Parts: sequence; C-alpha cells; structure tokens
Amino acid sequence: MAEQETGRRSDGPPLLEAHNVHMMFGGLMALHGVSLHINKGEILAIIGPNGAGKTTLINIFSGVYHPNPGRILFEGVDRTTMPPHHVAALGIARTFQNVALFKGMSVLDNIMVGRHLHMKSGFFSQGLYWGLGQKEEIKHREYVEWIIDWLEIEHIRKTPAGMLPYGLQKRVELGRALAAEPKLLLLDEPMAGMNLEEKEDIARFVLDANEELGTTICLVEHDMGVVMDISDRVVVLDYGQKIGDGTPEEIRNDDRVIKAYLGSVGR
Amino acid sequence: MAFFMEVLISGLLAGVMYSLVALGFVMIYKASGVFNFAQGAMVLFAALTCVCLSERFMPFWAACLVTLAAMVLVATGIEGIVLRPLVARPPIILFMATIGLAFFLEGLGQAIWGTEVHGINIGIPDNPLPWLIQRGLMVSQFDLVAALIAGVLVAVLVFFFQKTRTGRALRAVSDDHEAALSVGIPLRWIWGVTWGIAGLIALVAGIMWGTRLGVQYSLSLIVLKALPVLILGGLDSITGAIIGGLIIGASEKLAEVYLGSLVGGGIENFFPYLLGVLFLWFRPYGLFGREIIERV
Amino acid sequence: MVSAIRSLWAGDHREGLSDGWRRATEDGPVPLGHKPPPKAHLDPHGRAECDPMIYRECGVFKATYKEDMAIFPIPLDRWGVGAIVAAAVVLVPLVANDYWLGSILIPFLIYSLATLGLNLLTGYAGQLSLGHAAFMAVGAYTAFNLSSRLALPVLLCFLGAGTVSAAVGLVFGIPSVRIKGFYLAVATLAAQFTIEWVIAHVPWISGGSVLGTIDTPPMKILGMAINTPLKKYLLTLFVVLVLTLFAKNLVRSKVGRAWMSIRDMDVASEIIGVSQFRYKLLAFAVSSFYAGVAGALISFCYLGAVQVTEFELFLSFQILGMVIIGGMGSILGSFLGAGFIVLLPIFINQAVRLTTGVLPTDLLSNIELMIFGGLIIFFLVVEPFGLARLWHTIKDKLRLWPFPY
Repeated sequence: MAEQETGRRSDGPPLLEAHNVHMMFGGLMALHGVSLHINKGEILAIIGPNGAGKTTLINIFSGVYHPNPGRILFEGVDRTTMPPHHVAALGIARTFQNVALFKGMSVLDNIMVGRHLHMKSGFFSQGLYWGLGQKEEIKHREYVEWIIDWLEIEHIRKTPAGMLPYGLQKRVELGRALAAEPKLLLLDEPMAGMNLEEKEDIARFVLDANEELGTTICLVEHDMGVVMDISDRVVVLDYGQKIGDGTPEEIRNDDRVIKAYLGSVGR
Repeated sequence: MAFFMEVLISGLLAGVMYSLVALGFVMIYKASGVFNFAQGAMVLFAALTCVCLSERFMPFWAACLVTLAAMVLVATGIEGIVLRPLVARPPIILFMATIGLAFFLEGLGQAIWGTEVHGINIGIPDNPLPWLIQRGLMVSQFDLVAALIAGVLVAVLVFFFQKTRTGRALRAVSDDHEAALSVGIPLRWIWGVTWGIAGLIALVAGIMWGTRLGVQYSLSLIVLKALPVLILGGLDSITGAIIGGLIIGASEKLAEVYLGSLVGGGIENFFPYLLGVLFLWFRPYGLFGREIIERV
Repeated sequence: MVSAIRSLWAGDHREGLSDGWRRATEDGPVPLGHKPPPKAHLDPHGRAECDPMIYRECGVFKATYKEDMAIFPIPLDRWGVGAIVAAAVVLVPLVANDYWLGSILIPFLIYSLATLGLNLLTGYAGQLSLGHAAFMAVGAYTAFNLSSRLALPVLLCFLGAGTVSAAVGLVFGIPSVRIKGFYLAVATLAAQFTIEWVIAHVPWISGGSVLGTIDTPPMKILGMAINTPLKKYLLTLFVVLVLTLFAKNLVRSKVGRAWMSIRDMDVASEIIGVSQFRYKLLAFAVSSFYAGVAGALISFCYLGAVQVTEFELFLSFQILGMVIIGGMGSILGSFLGAGFIVLLPIFINQAVRLTTGVLPTDLLSNIELMIFGGLIIFFLVVEPFGLARLWHTIKDKLRLWPFPY
C-alpha cells in the first residue's frame, strides 16, 4: 500500500501550476491571486463555499477563461492563453457541474467523441470508410467498449444520453473524459446530487482511474467525507482566495478553514 | 452637397419605415423570446384584410378595426397552435416554426383575398412638399407622417415595457418562459397580448408600406429588409430597432447611389446584409442587444 | 469510510493488474497498468460478433431475435436498402415512362441531394443556413462554364461545380465561427442575396444574358450522348448514390460525431477538443459541395436551361422545409422530405380534382403554400425528428408484430 502511495507523490515538477491567477467578470473579481500546483499522479481536491470561485478555476484550467493577470503552466510550459481545444490536446479532460452530455447522441457516441483527439483518420478515409476509416473506428471502439465495461454501463450504450437518469449521465460523462486518456482529469462536482451508493461507485471509479491508469485528478467537491478520504491534498478557496493548502489532516485542523467553511468535520 | 443630403434624408426616412417593421419583431422577441419570421406575412395579411374589407364592405376606419380584431384572433390562434406546444423547445425550433407560419399566412391571406395588387389611399399625399423642395430636399408629407407615427409608436412601446406591470411581465417571459410560469405570470394571456400588439404594429406598417408600394405579395418581403436592421440593433432593443433602421436605410440609399452606379445597380438587395454580417462579427448580439452568457 | 472505499476497490481488482508501464500491442499503446482490451470475438468473415459498427443494430437484434421469436430476419435493413437500390437501377428504367423519369424521379433525386447537404449542415452540425439555394446556383453556373468554356467531361464538371461551391460556402461560413442561432441564419441570407446579385450582374459568369439565363451544353460520357430522360436519370442516380454513401459514412465517423457534438453543446464540444472553427467550416464546405452538385444536376439533367431566379430565396426555404419534414439529422429523412415535397403538388392537384373539380392555379398554389407552412409547423410540434423518426417507429412496431410488446 505504502509503495503505491509514494508512487503518487512524485518528486518531479508539478503537472499543473497556477501562479497569481486573477479573474474578473464584469465588475466582480471572482479570483484574487490564487496560486497552487498539482503534482503528477495525485488526487487534489478543491473545496470551498458556493461562489468561492472553484468552477471558475476549473474553467481557467481547461482554457475557457484566461486569467488576467496570472499564469498557468502545464508540464512546465506556459499555456495561459491557449484556446480550449488546444488545452484538450495537451491532455486535460474534464467533467462539468451541470452535466454537459450531448443529449442527441447515444452513450456510445458520446464516449467516442472523447476519443476525438486520438482519431487520426482524414476526411476522405472517413467518407470512404471501408479500409483505413473502418479500421480506426474499430480500434477506438474497442477502447471505448473497455471503458464502458469498466464503468459498468454496457446496458445503456445505445440509449440517447438525454434519456438517462442523472446518476448514469454523470458516469457517462466520466467515461467520456477518460476516453481521452488524459494526463490531468478535472472533475467538477462529480458527486453532486447522488445518493450514498452512487457516490461510492463514483469514488471507486475515480480512485481506479488514478491508481490503475495513473491519471492525475483535480476534483471539486462539496462532500467532505469523500474529499477527506480519497484526496492526497486539499486546496480551500473562499471568496476567490486560497485560504488553505495541504493534506486532508492539515486542512481539517486549520483554523482559518474551520472558521470560514468547515465548522466541525466529524468522520 | 444638397444631393448628398437628399439621398441621406430619403434613406433615413426609408429607414424609419424599416424600423416600423422591425419594431414588430422586437416586440415579440422581447415578450416571448421568439424570433417571429412571420412578421412580414402578418404585415401582408393585415394590409390585405384591411384594404379588401374597405374596398368591398365598409369604410376605411371600420376596416381597420375589423382587421385589428382579426389580427388578435390570428394571434390567439398562433399562440395556441404554434407557440404553446413548442414552449419548452430550443429557440431555433420556434424560429423555424415561424418560417412555416409565414408561408401559411401568406398562402391564407392570398387564398382569401386574391392576388391582385391593391392601392391604399389614406388621404396623405406622397408628393414632395414644395417648401422643402426649395431647400433642395424631396420629402413628402407622407414621409413626415410616417416618421411621426414611428416616433409615437416607439414612445408608447418604451413606456409600456419599462413602466407598466404587464410590460415587466413580458420582459420576464422573454427571459425565461418556465421561470415566469413558476412565478405565476399567465403565459398564455401574455402571449396573446404580445402577438396582438405585434398585429397592430403589422397593420400600421402594412398600411404605410401599402400606400407606398401597393398591397401585394412583395409586401411580405419587407421582412427581409428588416432583418439587417435587427442584426444591427439587436433583437430585443426598441431603441436598436430605430437606430438600426436609420443606419440601414441611410447606408443602403447611399451605397445604391454612390456605389451602385459603378457596378450596375441593385446593390440595395445585399448591401445591408453584408453590413449586418460585418457588424455581427464584432458584435455578435447587435449594437444594443443583450449578450447571452452561457455558464459552463 | 476510507477503508470501505479501499476494500470495495480491492475487491474489484482486475485480473492481471501490474504496476504499469505502457505496453504496446499490435493495436497501439495500452493504458497504464492494464492488459490490452479484449479483442472482440471474430466470426469467420473477420467481423466482430457483435460489432455495431458493421451491423448497425446487431446487439439489440441478436438479443431480441433470440428472445422473442421475431418473424423478420436480422439483416432486413440491408436487404431493404439493397432492394430499393436494385429497383431504382433495374426496375425503374424498365417500367417508368419519360414523364415519371423527367418530372418526378430526377427532381426527387436532385432535391434529395440538396436536402442531404443542408441536413449535414443544419441537422447534424446545427448551423442554420438560409442560403442553400445560392450555393446550388454557384454549382450550376460553375458546371456550365467548365463544360462550355473548357469542354471538360460531365463528371469532372460536376466535381468542379461541387468544389467551387464548397469554396464559396467556406467563405460565407466564416461568420458561423462567431455568430450563432438566428443571427447566423440572417448572416447566411447575405450569402443568398450577394451570390444572386453577383451571378446576375457579372456577365462573364452567365454569358451575359438577361437574368443570367444559360442553356446547358449537351453531355457525353465515354462518347455516349446523355440525351434521353432515362440516361439522365441513371446519371443522376449514380451521382446521388455515391454521394449519399459518402455522407452516410461521414456521419457515423469522427466527423459526424464532431458535428453532432457542436450541435448539442458547442462549448463542451470545444473543451473536449473538437475545433469549432475547423468543423463548422467543414460543415459549410461539405454542405455547399452537395448543393453545388445538386445545382449542376438541375441545370444539366433536369431543366436544361436555368436562370438566376431558379435559385431564389424561396428554394432555400423549400429545402429547409424538406429537412424539417423529412427529419433533421437523418440521411433517410433527406430523401423522405424531398420526396414528400416533390409529390405534394401532385397530390394536391389530384385531391382537388377528385373533390371539387378544377381550381384556379393561383388558389392552388396558395393552398400549397398553406399546406407547406402548416406541415412545417406540424412536424416541429408533433414529430420534430420528422418522417424518418415516424418510419423508425413503424419499423419498431413491425419488428415485434404480431406481438404487442
């Protein structure tokens, strides 16, 4: 167990760094000078009250917004001003707070879209299909089927995503993000609105993804129990500022955090 | 210089006429979030009904009233058959439904009243006024009346939307149907009112344009001229409709006169659109329109 | 709770887990720590046993076939389509007369092609366009020029028509990168009016006649003249079949999925890695290609002579109507919608004749207008996925018949 855990806390350079990130919307300063880093292979949780700027930060990580001022480095390279589809090509995938599945497409197709960046066949090979196009489709299809198996959603693979219950939609979204074989997986409240059983399922998948696939995970979550149990480190935001950064134990005992957010954490 | 002024003024006045039609669009969009492509068909239908009634059955003023009633009836029908079933759908679906509605109304109006051209005479001469000709401008009494009517309409509408309770309810509905419903705003009645007012605007526009062009099928194509106005002004701004109309009218006339002579004429058909696209590129929601912010 | 989660995980350990390094297989790198994904069981033809890539509804069919004693065999779809194509190629030339070929089947095929193009853009990629007819016009006039000025063979003319249309469509599609919804629809009207004006006012394009009227030069393929309705029908059929196949392949591949993701949620789509710029413009280009070829076919195989007025705004609306009625986002729907609209005037004519005798043409065409508009509304309200969805529903019911469920 210990060996596996040290494997996660690599001593190499951080995978993602945020330096002095500010973000303004209209007249509202959503983030004030937030700096943090995510180590390769770890599970980092970002917590904080509603409106603290967590989703904004995730949006900045995935390139939807650009900090001003502030810098974002991924694998040591500055990518502050990159547009979202380039960020995805770097190996960052995410799920969304309000499930953003493609409602008109089946589960299978949704997850296949996750493979988009890995599919290299050109326009004409796809149009002419038989030959290169078909081979590639089957190859990626096999990978996607493996993910479907892994997430235990085989029975709904052909269902249009819009018709699924909420819990399964979240799972499909996770599958879509994982299909991209990301280096960094950003999860925005993956367990919102779920019952205990569903939460355990998702937690299991998150841990699996981290341990088996080596995916670095950054997770925004409200459920303190989950956060304390599965994350290696926790960052706390409040009113757009970072007020805590450390292991779950450290955060649990941090006065500032307790005052601002936690109250009493009993588990 | 006088020539330039004359072209400019006539362009501005044409623009006012475009604004009249655009106002109907804005009205409906502000109140129900629907881009009503059938506005032009409504103008045609209203004008046809009014003119034909007044030619055959009754004096003009009576025809206006009956037409108004008919438009309200049509509005209720639209609300019940087209809008209500589609209330929860994405706006693009509603837009396409109004395209279907446009064809239906055009067909209906002409099936009932026939396809000949009718002239309207409402007693306001369309000849250039002498006292202005002396100053080098060819502007008619009709133009001035049109501008006046548009001005009055705008003032009334702005007041309605900003100051009255119904107006506020209308704005809420345009923002979010379902939320407005949940607050207790009687959606159906509101929509009926809205489309009724749009019908009134369509009638006024129909009469004005009909006087100038004659009441015929091409009247429904006026809507196509109003679209660049809406691009410029934004779909939900009354002020935008007026200013957009002025800009489009003026630039269209100026382009036609100064550029058109270089390339053989007919520029006014597409020039406003290119102008509109240019504007949209830098302002995807028009000069005055509200930006729709999507939360991820 | 920690231990609960850990043990849950431990209990679900996958076999053959190793502390991973990537292992390359014949198929490519494997995710960390796992054995390669299982190869699907292959049948003697080398096809996956239950690979829906090839058998579209294979999994479902097999399960239900075994389970509920269905009467119809599995590959009914394939047989059905094959039969229709065979009928179109062999049977129709034997039985159809010139009227049917020239006035019904050929325009049906051509409009289906045009509708297919617009469906790719609006139904799959979600970009509403009201300028489709203009791109058809570009194709028609391009083909004319290629044929009469450069004396290119007919098929190359069609190819050229499509390519030039695609380029023009690409340019007019640029606004779609920033502009959405009905603002985009209005922007596409700029394409419609500008192109109309250019064709009518640039004498070089149309040979200088009023309204840009052109007579298409006679066609030859491999020395054989294409001058009878039957030969024109076969040529049109060939072109439409090839392009339909291409489109069908596109929509079930990466491109099709990328388009649908843009349609459903473009912000999320971009975050996942789909370049909005590239795929929106691609949609305009491909859609305009199809429109261009359709326009060329209209002038060569259908009308023989065209004017600019042939490609006016109303045609754009008609094709949009075909997309809506037939079914947005459906290849089959494009054909159903086009067929419906092509046959509609004939039906109305017959119906009127049967019931009330002859009506004045004015009234008739207004009634058609009303029905057209009414149908658009009807389908949007009742069955937004159009005739195609209706057809699938019927098929589903038939598959289980005579069992109730």
